[in-house]
Amino acid sequence: MIRADSDIVLEVHGLRATVNDIEILKGIDLTVRRGEIHAIMGTNGSGKSTLAKVLAGHEAYRVTGGSVVFEGGNLLDLEPEARARAGVFLAFQYPIEIPGVANSHFLRLAYNTLRAQRGEEELDPLEFEDFVRDKMKLLEMNPDFLDRGVNEGFSGGEKKRNEILQMALLEPRLAILDETDSGLDIDALRIVTQGVNRLANRDNAIILVTHYQRMLNHIVPDYVHVMESGRIVKTGEKSLALELETRGYDWVSGERRAAAGV
Amino acid sequence: MGTVTVAGGYLESLLQGQPRPPSSPLAWFNQLRADAVERASALKVPTTRDEEWRFTDISPLLGLSFQPVSAGSALDAADVGRFHLKEAAIRLVFVDGVYAPALSRRPEKVGTGPVVANLSEAVVAHATMVKPHLARHARFQDDVFTAVNTAFMHDGALVFLPRGAAIRSPIHLLFIASQKAAASHPRCLVIAEAGSEAMVIEDYVTLQQEAYVNNAVTEIVLADHARIDHVRIQRDGIEAFHLGRCAVSLARESRYRSVAIALGARISRYNLDTLLAAEGAECTLDGLALITGRQLADTHTCIDHAMPHGTSRQSHKCIVDDTAHAVFNGKIMVRTGAQHTDSSQSSRNLLLGARARVDTKPQLEIFADDVKCAHGATVGQLDSEEVFYLKSRGLTETAARNLLTYAFGAEIIDRIPVASLKHRLERTVLDHTQRS
Ligand SMILES: Nc1ncnc2c1ncn2[C@@H]1O[C@H](COP(=O)(O)OP(=O)(O)OP(=O)(O)O)[C@@H](O)[C@H]1O
Ligand SMILES: [Mg+2]
Repeated sequence: MIRADSDIVLEVHGLRATVNDIEILKGIDLTVRRGEIHAIMGTNGSGKSTLAKVLAGHEAYRVTGGSVVFEGGNLLDLEPEARARAGVFLAFQYPIEIPGVANSHFLRLAYNTLRAQRGEEELDPLEFEDFVRDKMKLLEMNPDFLDRGVNEGFSGGEKKRNEILQMALLEPRLAILDETDSGLDIDALRIVTQGVNRLANRDNAIILVTHYQRMLNHIVPDYVHVMESGRIVKTGEKSLALELETRGYDWVSGERRAAAGV
Repeated sequence: MGTVTVAGGYLESLLQGQPRPPSSPLAWFNQLRADAVERASALKVPTTRDEEWRFTDISPLLGLSFQPVSAGSALDAADVGRFHLKEAAIRLVFVDGVYAPALSRRPEKVGTGPVVANLSEAVVAHATMVKPHLARHARFQDDVFTAVNTAFMHDGALVFLPRGAAIRSPIHLLFIASQKAAASHPRCLVIAEAGSEAMVIEDYVTLQQEAYVNNAVTEIVLADHARIDHVRIQRDGIEAFHLGRCAVSLARESRYRSVAIALGARISRYNLDTLLAAEGAECTLDGLALITGRQLADTHTCIDHAMPHGTSRQSHKCIVDDTAHAVFNGKIMVRTGAQHTDSSQSSRNLLLGARARVDTKPQLEIFADDVKCAHGATVGQLDSEEVFYLKSRGLTETAARNLLTYAFGAEIIDRIPVASLKHRLERTVLDHTQRS
């Protein structure tokens, strides 16, 4: 839902970043407003996950240029935990396993940290249990996943669902979903995307990284961006995704080469 | 009471002014002590030149001047109530090594039922059962500390489980340090006859934070099909010396499970020797050392597969902060003829301080050919991707590190089959990790 008068949630300007001194992001410009859903597509290795992790504050990536303003403040000044508390959420492409840390304990800590931030009272384990079970129902998740280690031995799809469960608990202002659809079976895709749609509202924004139109059938984007070699090379409406599906990325690259006269 | 006089600096300083335990009505018991005194005088206190003590410099112990333990415990129930475990209906309490009947809670002895009693008294009534085992498993011939313990052998626990007996309540053996510069020599013997079952918790705690010595020896004998769960918690004072030894002997198809946690003491050493003496015996040894400051915790274990079809599982972990130093030496011996032995050992270590140190040495000696032996050791820091994942959900760096450290230790603590003790220790680990 595009609202012309809506405030800007995220403003990325000329963002450059390196990892191990290799430049991966080579000048990203992106503006995301309240209530918007942006899809980012692009070839493997074009830098989509790098962008997501730079926004979340991963210390392996060094920002070498440009700016990122989130809700009016400089996001790059904040530690990862401060970004999370300010309302940035990244659903990882490859969520890691943390054996030994009970999922319920982890989810409660994360949720209570947020509540403390908002000046609300923390939930005790029993109160939290009721609360999280309700959220799990929305995602049709078995409560047994609370008792296991964080993502420990979860299947690929189960990990993705656990990520969206965290999104549901933390209610971010900006959610970046990095290939949340990959690894989900057809039913899970429907359930998870329904969950995301329920969480999307006029005040928050979502960036979806995906390779497939089928995700965008469920969560309809306002904009589709195409990344290539660390830049956003094309932006369009949702129809762009369909066009990509039939014509492939070569078409975008070809168009660019033609425009550049090479 | 006379004074034991033996040669050797350590013993001299240790024994100076230490009253000799009252003599027993049993001649063989007195003889054991006398032999041990003789042996102790011949043996030397190990130095770091001894292979078995390479990393553990025990010399600060030699600088300690011991004071005799004042007779009769001045403690009352209110002082020790916080150490009670609600699951344990049976509790023997020892204060500075001396049995405190008023603080203890013993089961009624019915006919030929199980015995849980103070060793020095019970040995008289149960001499025929005790004599074949006492000092037969934890031999003092080559170990000066075991020899000293045996020389001073007096109070401690005797647990006797007749054939087929099962004690449902955990047996809580609570060793409380209350006086500085005291030397305690608790001695425990657990005899589990065929098919019997019990859980024994050895728990070393303190009411004071100055130097003292605990030199504890425990022997556990399992007959065919017996099952013993053994929990050992060493939370001695921060200036204390803890020298612990446990010798376990397993008969056919018996099962011994041990969880040993070392949290306290300035310098601690625990030797756990497990002999799988008959076919189909099974043991699980889990250990955790959680140390900080300038603590040193040394664990030496030996699992001796002497007969076929034995199973052993071992997981040892160390969490080492500041300039602390952890040592693990895990020997697995598979003797000729101990075919179809199935053994696995893992040593995992977390170094939190830049100057923290761990020395881990798995030692496999395999003389049989048809066996399954797996082992591995890791030493590392917290995983930065795990820390980032937690931070990306709003946890501070400190909270993330604490949670991961806690989880590392909790894996071992989780195996303690007593809920209240488990929760208490989990709290301790949380407090510990939050402190650092
Ligand atoms: N730590 C690293 N060291 C070296 N190269 C890296 C590192 N992290 C990322 N890269 C490189 O950066 C480029 C971008 O990676 P990124 O994960 O952002 O791609 P992506 O667009 O998300 O791809 P995919 O669609 O396959 O998920 C890749 O070429 C990758 O190999
Ligand atoms: Mg990616």
